Amino acid sequence: MNTSMLLILALLLMAMAFTLGRKRSIAVAGGSQGIRNLNSLPGYYGTLSALWCGIPSILILVVWVLFDDYIIQQIIIQELPSSTQALSDSELGLLLNTVSNMAINDTSTLSAEPYIIAAAERLNSLQHISQMALTVVFICVTMGLSWFSWMRVSPDLKARVKVENVFKIALLMCASIAVFTTAGIVFSVIFESIKFFQSVPFFDFIFGLQWSPQMAIREGQIGGSGAFGAVPLFAGTMLISAIAMIIAVPAGLMAAIYLSEYASPRVRTFVKPALEVLAGVPTVVYGFFAALTVAPYLRETGSMFGLSVSSESALAAGLVMGVMIIPFVSSLSDDVINAVPQSLRDGSFGLGATHSETIKQVIIPAALPGIVGGILLAVSRAIGETMIVVMAAGLAANLTANPMESVTTVTVQIVTLLVGDQEFNSPKTLSAFALGLILFVITLILNSIALMVVKKYREQYE
Amino acid sequence: MKTKINENDTQITQDVSTLQTVGNVFSDNAKMSMRNVNVFYDDKQAIHDVSLDIGKNEVVAMIGPSGCGKSTFLRCMNRMNDTIDSCRIEGDFRLEKDDIYHPKQDVVALRARVGIVFQKPNPFPKSIYDNVAYGPKVHGLAASKTDLDEIVEVSLRKAGLWAEVKDRLTAPGTGLSGGQQQRLCIARTIAVGPEVILMDEPCSALDPIATAKIEELMAELSQNFTIAIVTHSMQQAARVSQRTAYFHMGKLIEVNDTKRVFTNPEHELTEAYITGRFG
Repeated sequence: MNTSMLLILALLLMAMAFTLGRKRSIAVAGGSQGIRNLNSLPGYYGTLSALWCGIPSILILVVWVLFDDYIIQQIIIQELPSSTQALSDSELGLLLNTVSNMAINDTSTLSAEPYIIAAAERLNSLQHISQMALTVVFICVTMGLSWFSWMRVSPDLKARVKVENVFKIALLMCASIAVFTTAGIVFSVIFESIKFFQSVPFFDFIFGLQWSPQMAIREGQIGGSGAFGAVPLFAGTMLISAIAMIIAVPAGLMAAIYLSEYASPRVRTFVKPALEVLAGVPTVVYGFFAALTVAPYLRETGSMFGLSVSSESALAAGLVMGVMIIPFVSSLSDDVINAVPQSLRDGSFGLGATHSETIKQVIIPAALPGIVGGILLAVSRAIGETMIVVMAAGLAANLTANPMESVTTVTVQIVTLLVGDQEFNSPKTLSAFALGLILFVITLILNSIALMVVKKYREQYE
Repeated sequence: MKTKINENDTQITQDVSTLQTVGNVFSDNAKMSMRNVNVFYDDKQAIHDVSLDIGKNEVVAMIGPSGCGKSTFLRCMNRMNDTIDSCRIEGDFRLEKDDIYHPKQDVVALRARVGIVFQKPNPFPKSIYDNVAYGPKVHGLAASKTDLDEIVEVSLRKAGLWAEVKDRLTAPGTGLSGGQQQRLCIARTIAVGPEVILMDEPCSALDPIATAKIEELMAELSQNFTIAIVTHSMQQAARVSQRTAYFHMGKLIEVNDTKRVFTNPEHELTEAYITGRFG
């Protein structure tokens, strides 16, 4: 039987174990009147039996499938003629590939060296044996376990507690996936960054004013000297994010106030989803909107006033990014404004305050922690945004505060450093990891501040 | 003519729409007068043809079982129900000569004259000082910081809270105890200088000691203000009010001097309620 068949069999046996365990528990309790004597409801005994028989057998299945290829391969290598023992690793791999190709196709029709044909036949038979052995072991273990769990059913068995524990562990494992992934990402970035800082001093990187990552890969190549000062990149990121926030915060906040305080339910049901569509537009689309529509428009408008706006400007990228972030700010602010208790509004109205006075003096102050939290999350989003900036702000690492010039950001540089054919241990590519690390630290700090602010003031009006 | 109530409970939930208010709804010196008031939430009628006067410097208690419309009626008296879209109000509300629901009536000015204190203390998440100063600031009552300080102090004194908070006026109002918060809300209302104070079950979230303080306060306040109070506690109504109005299923059943209502009620439903047969 192959693996998927065995898996189906395991499920069937689990179902059987469930029914048997459940029946058994009723039987040991002395019929349906005796259920009160049981520690748990019959369903829990059934579930426990199913888990008892299912979890170990599926574990065996998984372990077997993971390791049998490797073990079989080792046996084949052992049995190859001594002439092949001297081969290097890559040649040996090539040989094994030939063997397994032979094994899959019909060995008799192909002409090859006899020891390869022998190995291929051996491989086939070993795989067959492995599969058979797995089937036998699997069925024995599963049956044995279901018998064992059937025997264990007794009124004193704390089935409910055990089942709850199993589910708790299962949930914990799901939760830990995200944590472990984050840890994995962080460590990989940190290790690569350490490699980078071995060739470029940390403080040169953090405080250097010159960014020019092109460097000679081989002797005598004409190229940049390789300067890794990250300040222009972070300055560019901050400039574009600041422009974006100048657009997004007032617009988003006002939209939220309108939606939650003034809009009639009918307007609200129409406008709110429409606003949230903005959040669903892919950033690439925002990117070419910025590059092809907004940037030329800004350039023309600028020239009317005698200003020279670069065709790839921080202003265009920032404006479009601001529009993109509006739904973020408005949606989060809308939620917190709605969470302000009606009693506070009543209290303010009852004193004769107008609607706008109530909003300015009572609702916004009460909702402020949540709004600030939302804004900080939006800042993190703006800093991490890449596509719009790649398309609209350019690649030139200028250190400038003039929004009409072309600047570049950290994320854009990471993209350009890693796209294309690259040597993965030159400082040029490694610098991408260092940039990523710093960016990660910055957004992490912003997020933690946001969470702290939200948490600190949350209970204030409850 | 008073008739003995049937002990059967169905008698109590009978159709009351045909009942007429007994007792005396009128007052010689009316501060507020309501005539033929009907209130609807969508199609459901919450108040049926209620008329009531509230005399100057009088405390009128409104009692009745839950859902009888007493809070709705109270909230209509300073148009707090304006914010509820489904609420429709018919009838005549007057504050002295002014029509409260006249299209040209300014709600802001009205609420400055008719203040309200809610069931649950709802101080703003601001300092104690700012809570009290909020109303005067909104209405521009204080010409200077000194004026404002004085208004705040006087209001807190009138609400009996000054001694407890004078050293921590900058502390958040939400940090006070429940009873203190409610007195802060009363101070906040007084600070605007209203003529009438509406109280919607002001003590129902408070312990007996805090309740006693607020009841004491009401007696003092009635020297300067006209008070309408909704309460679930009949003892409270008996202690603080001069007149009592009994509501039942959206109808005003009986209005009489408080003493009369609690010793010798005119209507059988009032009697059933105050003797605890339902409610």
